[in-house]
Amino acid sequence: MTITLKYFGLIAEVTNCEEEKINFSANSIAELLDVINSKYPNLKNKNFQVAQNQELVSFDTKITGQEIALLPPFAGG
Amino acid sequence: MSRYSRHIILSEIGQIGQDKISNAKVFVVGAGGLGCPILQYLTAAGIGTLGIIDFDVVEKSNLQRQVLFGSSSLGKNKAIAAKERLTDLNDDIKIIAYPEKLTHQNSITLFNQYDIIVDGSDNFETRYLVNDAAIITNKPLVFGAIYKFEGQVSVFNYQNGPSYRCLFPNSPDKNSIPNCSEIGVLGVLPGIIGSMQANEVLKIILGIGNVLSGKLLCYNALTSQTSTLKINKSEESFNTVLKYKENFHKNKTDFNCEFEAEEISIKAIFNKENVQFIDVREIYEKPDVDNLEVTYIPLSKLESHLNKVDLYKEKMIFCQSGMRSKQAVSILKNLNIKNCFSIKEGASEILKYINEQQNVSNHGR
Repeated sequence: MTITLKYFGLIAEVTNCEEEKINFSANSIAELLDVINSKYPNLKNKNFQVAQNQELVSFDTKITGQEIALLPPFAGG
Repeated sequence: MSRYSRHIILSEIGQIGQDKISNAKVFVVGAGGLGCPILQYLTAAGIGTLGIIDFDVVEKSNLQRQVLFGSSSLGKNKAIAAKERLTDLNDDIKIIAYPEKLTHQNSITLFNQYDIIVDGSDNFETRYLVNDAAIITNKPLVFGAIYKFEGQVSVFNYQNGPSYRCLFPNSPDKNSIPNCSEIGVLGVLPGIIGSMQANEVLKIILGIGNVLSGKLLCYNALTSQTSTLKINKSEESFNTVLKYKENFHKNKTDFNCEFEAEEISIKAIFNKENVQFIDVREIYEKPDVDNLEVTYIPLSKLESHLNKVDLYKEKMIFCQSGMRSKQAVSILKNLNIKNCFSIKEGASEILKYINEQQNVSNHGR
């Protein structure tokens, strides 16, 4: 299946893009993250949450959406 | 009352709305990049009582974005310098400057004196402190944070809505995400995000429009794109905080480390007996430390799986980087479970060290 991945903040710095489409076979967010982690080993240990179709979800959620976003926390002020 | 006439002629505000603004008490944490525009607009709008807390002093490198300050403010405390400028902007309102750090000891008393809390701080320790104190005092929290060219805005703890911990349950490793002073920030960005925060404050007070609760607005200044992501409430996140309520003031607010914990190196405990190793990472996290006998209890499930904790052994807790393990120790200590230690090495270092030790002892045979 093909989905759009969106990256925010320092996640986008690691992936060097803010958006990309990928082809993969994974059932859950956690499995998708394994795919993304192997593509971008530097994402390891980075703190982020995942949104599926603009809704934040836990990593054991099944993939049903077309758009997955990786969202890190920002501290700056 | 010509000062507020442009508000009053709006049918959505009127004199009644302006009176609500005049009666409101708002507490702003941090008078920096976000704090300056927040304070400036709230003062101009006529917020009746405005509290400002900041322990820091104005430096020349702040002037690029902290628009309340000028050359004459250099070296002055930010809360006091902000009050001086704001009093000139509007002397009809009460402005209280707190030139000190927000801590676990003073936050509850301070928050209780205000209706709405606004977070313009610049570090995770303060952000989690602000979130937890807002939950304990049951105050709505207007959140904003920035990173280089991007910003996040939300309203937490509003009419039973989610909190910051529902979005990001735990504070990340302090070194994992640099702050503005280390990486830089586009000067106008905190102006945009802080103004959005001021807007949320006014909507809450006036009861108009849709408050940004249960949603995180993400703004990118380079692409001018915004995304709004839905946040679901996690009762667990609230309960975790409320359980601390009685002991909250006993917490040490350490700006280098959010939780105080007994830290220990794997090297010191490798051969120790009567020890239970607890991995508090989530199930999917790798690598598995399969050369030790390990009990798996993800941090998010710790309190509901206390039966897995062996009360008669020394608990050696680890995670990926040594941060969550400290939180786990803190949680267990708060529940009066003794003999808990956080292993300062992460899982891969522990795995590697144990492997080396086992190889050494195999060769020795």
